[in-house]
Amino acid sequence: MRGSMKRKKSRGAAGTDSGMKVENRSLRIRVPAELDHHSAAQICAQADELVRTQDIREIVFDFSRTVFCDSSGVGMLMGRYKMMQALGGTVKAVRVQGRVERILMLSGVMKVIPVEREQGGNDDEK
Amino acid sequence: MMKNEMCLEFDSISANEAFARVTVAAFMTQMNPSMEEVADVKTAVSEAVTNAIIHGYEGEVHKIVIRGRIDGEWLELSVEDRGVGIADVEKAMEPLYTTRPELERSGMGFLFMEAFMDEVKVESEPGKGTAVMMKKRIGQRGE
Repeated sequence: MRGSMKRKKSRGAAGTDSGMKVENRSLRIRVPAELDHHSAAQICAQADELVRTQDIREIVFDFSRTVFCDSSGVGMLMGRYKMMQALGGTVKAVRVQGRVERILMLSGVMKVIPVEREQGGNDDEK
Repeated sequence: MMKNEMCLEFDSISANEAFARVTVAAFMTQMNPSMEEVADVKTAVSEAVTNAIIHGYEGEVHKIVIRGRIDGEWLELSVEDRGVGIADVEKAMEPLYTTRPELERSGMGFLFMEAFMDEVKVESEPGKGTAVMMKKRIGQRGE
């Protein structure tokens, strides 16, 4: 977007703010810092398009930079889980930490979708 | 005793979800809240504002009003829309209940508001709109 007030630190992945990558039939999604209805809708649209057009067996949500998540994030995960299940594929969440972990636990998502914690991240945060 | 009030009015577009929760977070900083308390309030505000956008106004762009009030150690918030309203508030607040499953919002909005705030009340009238009133006691750490 032009004229944004704050310059973001460059994070590799030239230009693609969405941070989606398909490798060996696995779609890896770098979830943004704030996962709400606004950002979740964009991710779902992009991910669903990739799943429709490519042979994807697995979706991996990378939460390493995510510090905010509300029930829209839960809906995003459950929706992708149902979609992949219908296609015989899988979904998992990795590098989850702090606040996001609490939301995923409270929602019961963890009972359905494998969730891996960020190694060594925010252990002091209770 | 600390007293303060604010009122915020903005368009019901999804980009304003972040604006609303960050603004409320800034308003409550004078209460010296913990990070956890700020995160709780931000989540609750995000849920209420998202509900107003997708259920209250069903995607149409109108105004959402947030009133904030600090009364001593209590933070009081109301998130108001003048949208379609809710016929059965009790039903709407049931976990996993959703009128719009295609929107994939998990039906956990009110559950999260109730989990992260001390008190949640909903006043609604079909055709008139909805007000979600929430209260949270701030500054309970280390006591």
